[in-house]
Amino acid sequence: MSGTFVGMPAFPTAARAALGNTQLRRNLAHATHTIRDKRAQVVGEVEEWEALRLAGAGVKEAALRDLATHLETLEESLIRAGAVVHWARDAEEACEIVAQVAKSHQVDEVVKVKSMATLEIGLNDHLEREGIAAWETDLAELIVQLGDDLPSHILVPAIHRNRAEIREIFRTRMAASGRPAPDDLSDDPAALAGAAREHMREKFLRAKVAVSGANFAVADTGTLVVVESEGNGRMCLTLPEVLISVVGIEKVVATWSDLDPMLRLLPRSSTGERMNPYTSTWSGVHPGDGPQEVHVVLLDNGRTRALADDVGRQALRCIRCSACLNVCPVYERTGGHAYGSVYPGPIGAILNPLLKGVSDEQTASLPYASSLCGACFEVCPVRIDIPSVLVDQRAAVVDSHRDDRRPKAEAVAMKAAAWAFSDSRRLAWAERASGLAGRVMSRFSRTTLPGGRAAAGRLPGPAAGWTGARDLPAPPEESFRAWWDRTDGGQFGEGR
Amino acid sequence: MTSARDEILRRVRSALDGVSPAVAVPPAPRAPDRGDLVALFVERVEDYRAEVTRCTPAELDGLVAEVLNGAQAVVPPGLGLDVAGSVVDHGLTSIELDGIDAVVTRAAVGIAETGTIVLDHQPDQGRRVISLVPDLHVCIVDSSQVVADVPDAIALLDPARPLTWISGPSATSDIELDRVEGVHGPRTLHVVVVA
Repeated sequence: MSGTFVGMPAFPTAARAALGNTQLRRNLAHATHTIRDKRAQVVGEVEEWEALRLAGAGVKEAALRDLATHLETLEESLIRAGAVVHWARDAEEACEIVAQVAKSHQVDEVVKVKSMATLEIGLNDHLEREGIAAWETDLAELIVQLGDDLPSHILVPAIHRNRAEIREIFRTRMAASGRPAPDDLSDDPAALAGAAREHMREKFLRAKVAVSGANFAVADTGTLVVVESEGNGRMCLTLPEVLISVVGIEKVVATWSDLDPMLRLLPRSSTGERMNPYTSTWSGVHPGDGPQEVHVVLLDNGRTRALADDVGRQALRCIRCSACLNVCPVYERTGGHAYGSVYPGPIGAILNPLLKGVSDEQTASLPYASSLCGACFEVCPVRIDIPSVLVDQRAAVVDSHRDDRRPKAEAVAMKAAAWAFSDSRRLAWAERASGLAGRVMSRFSRTTLPGGRAAAGRLPGPAAGWTGARDLPAPPEESFRAWWDRTDGGQFGEGR
Repeated sequence: MTSARDEILRRVRSALDGVSPAVAVPPAPRAPDRGDLVALFVERVEDYRAEVTRCTPAELDGLVAEVLNGAQAVVPPGLGLDVAGSVVDHGLTSIELDGIDAVVTRAAVGIAETGTIVLDHQPDQGRRVISLVPDLHVCIVDSSQVVADVPDAIALLDPARPLTWISGPSATSDIELDRVEGVHGPRTLHVVVVA
């Protein structure tokens, strides 16, 4: 029914394949530039944006630092409002709870609001194994689900597809899961959205059980918030008799008024709008209006692991706006699939290792999927210093290999450098050797960098990993220390 | 065996061991004064490609009839307005609502800065489902209900009620990040501002 990220290769391998797909690169460049411009425009009209970011970061940071208290308050408020509260340590436990509730109502299908938490725990596959069909109702999620595809963006999971591809997916796949697409379906986005409206409507009208996530959970009032565009969220939150919301424990904010900076920050950062078309808030069961049985599953699944990391903790402030994906020069070129996770892009490159640890090769490759240019930090509405966390996670990856029986080439090079730098005579010797290498390369190298400096192209052996994608500049023929000695710090003329 | 609840709370406490819970949260800033709020509200709602009409209380009946243009509407029990040929919602099923063209409601708050209408589903606005399933939503906002910005709305709204914040008609940007109006919610939003 849907693809899987399990068994994805490490980022460099997956990225190389993605970079070879010119259609994908065209689709991504178009989409990321469109959304970047829209965001810049609506953020630009808010004079107090920087102060708003500080307020938003403060609200989330304060909630995280006293998380146990807020979680207990949230639980109390939810129960008072008529909701049933469940706790799930991991993905398996959360999926099991949702399946049990669905089964207790003897349903063979549920409708779903787009939710990162349920994607993260692989809920759809779990429900399918239990004989329950989980229908994604968000347009982009529908495109991914019908195409047996994987999401590649947090906000727009089908960002890698263009209109012609979407039309083809609708024409060939819709019939198998309900109302077919019209025969004369064009690739006009309005017509495609219309086909999705018709296809989903019958499912909304008959569904008994809905599954959602939440963008925010307000501790003092027990209010859950879902921010969306299409109205599929409102359908799922309002029409069915039973609602199950899977909420990561980091979604908590302390008070109702804390929603203010968040609801001003999120839409402008996310879809580049002053406000998204629809935001729904509800607190437990509202008699006579909407679902009369409301479940909330509070999910850990690695969040407490991230919470314990003094540098990485700030990643839990993330409100899943995807502004960092849209500005990232790496994401723009490789797309989301290369990250091998439902959380791609810069935030994924820190969130995945923080949630899961760096013991597997794929996750350990993610902190390196960045040039550390800092664009992600600049646009982040809750000021997550992603570059600093990336560097810290790289250190975690290196630390995890300290006891390896066969050290990596990088570790050997670092050891050698430490040995050379710790003694001035060794350093002088190394400088002479490198100056000699520089002279040889200047004489014989066929590669030159812009500006005329000689460089080495692809090198064999352990250096291949570095030079496979970069030119190695020829070392200068004279080192700084040699120049200082010769000229007494520049006093006897600069030149040679 | 410890419960998942106790286990998670224990993990949270242990993760934060030695971390001070005191964080200075700077107050969220206010937008500068924008002058005529109702004019700004109208302009910003129109930016979403919603239709907006301003009228006096005396013109309201006629205007709503004109906007509906013969379409059958469902109305909440406390609308406080005669809408010709309308059905009053006393628990219509979703299937029944699916056969009705339009809905007429009032609102709780209008937000000028973002062009947003908030429904708190009091009797003059009705259950959440009635303003969702029909394809045309006519929403009557009194000019006295318009506030400057999001924080003003948050302060007025009661979180114990279900709330629906509406900014323009249903839309999606899922195809090439191009905004298209009209997916699952009402494809036409007509806001009537009464002053």
